[in-house]
Amino acid sequence: MTQAPNADAVIEAFSDIPALLKADLALITRGRFLDCDCRLGPMEQPFFVAIRAGRIVEFAAKPALMRSWRFSYCATPVAWSEYWKPMPKPGFHDLLALTKRGEAVVEGELHPFMTHLQYFKDLLALPRLRQAKAAA
Amino acid sequence: MNGEIEPMVGRYVHVDIGGDMYRIYFEENGSGIPLVCLHTAGADGRQWRHLLADKEFTKKFRVIAFDMPWHGKSNPPASWNGDEYQLTTKRYTETIRAFCKALKLEKPVVMGCSIGGRIVLNLAIDHAAEFRALIGLEAADFQQPWYDTTWLNRPDVHGGEVCAALVSGLIAPQSPKATRDETLWAYKQGGPGVFKGDLYFYRVDGDLRGRVQKIDTDVCPLYLLTGEYDFSCTPEDTKRTAAAIPGSRVTVMAELGHFPMSENPEQFRRYIAPVLAEILKAQVSPKQGVHA
Repeated sequence: MTQAPNADAVIEAFSDIPALLKADLALITRGRFLDCDCRLGPMEQPFFVAIRAGRIVEFAAKPALMRSWRFSYCATPVAWSEYWKPMPKPGFHDLLALTKRGEAVVEGELHPFMTHLQYFKDLLALPRLRQAKAAA
Repeated sequence: MNGEIEPMVGRYVHVDIGGDMYRIYFEENGSGIPLVCLHTAGADGRQWRHLLADKEFTKKFRVIAFDMPWHGKSNPPASWNGDEYQLTTKRYTETIRAFCKALKLEKPVVMGCSIGGRIVLNLAIDHAAEFRALIGLEAADFQQPWYDTTWLNRPDVHGGEVCAALVSGLIAPQSPKATRDETLWAYKQGGPGVFKGDLYFYRVDGDLRGRVQKIDTDVCPLYLLTGEYDFSCTPEDTKRTAAAIPGSRVTVMAELGHFPMSENPEQFRRYIAPVLAEILKAQVSPKQGVHA
């Protein structure tokens, strides 16, 4: 049975993503043609993320009035918690597995998401590295 | 090992499919019962290279993997006028039967994965007597779509990158990095619109719901094996399909996804070895009725 995750822990893990990306030059390079404002994170408390040339230049947790975004990928805390496990269980191991099972919603103008699909899969999996290290 | 030459041999066979001639590339190794292997949508026969090189299996089976037209080293036919490629149930079935006929294979076993698993069901429905056994990997009569296939072929999205990124999540997280990357490489190399055209069969034309009940496993044994991490054709999809086919055999494969033979060949071998052994046993002593 899936244990209900601590929502604060999910937020905290998300907050690590900019630093984790900064250390991943291969992933930055993969996103070198990507400029995009998007909304990523838990459904109830998403982050507004500004990406320029593959680098995160803004990662805002606090709601901002009339903030624009091109696409949004948000999932339940359970989904993020499972996705970040070193060995996620079946159905929780991929962003689109999560949307298929209704644990995540992708919406908006999907062009930047689809042109950089592996980039976003890997970007949003970065907290898994930290979890794997903690489990080691 | 430096200088090692793998045992499989690749050749081309000219095949009449529906009145058009196709130059089909295939690789083979071994002798014995013909075992024809069908690749997944948008990929090619390289997915089977580990099975083709298997020293034990090839003692008793003539393992053959061919590239479908438009895939791998099987070019579109000379008669192609540039129309959008779309695979249909009829054309896919014709292609497999024509290939087997061209190579004069006597009652082969056919093993297909994904779209290959789906068409195996159609072979079981309409042509069971032609085959010794049928094996469907990641096979079901239907499964719910999970993305819009128009993303796969449009000029403002890199086809190779998006095809590989879409299917990357279908590989189990336990699969080794090298074989994961190799599996995805085929998707990065596919021709424009070919993966999408294959999915026309998978999504639109090849819905076998309501037809699989006709399968008679006394005529031809049917084995269905699905990886637990396959969220496209889930184990539940396969079990639902098998529930309508008396005598069909289902195995859920742990730590495998949608591409068992290429994403983790060692793990896949554990599951396919007993199936091939059973087919072999039935060949040696058919009257003992191991599938009865």
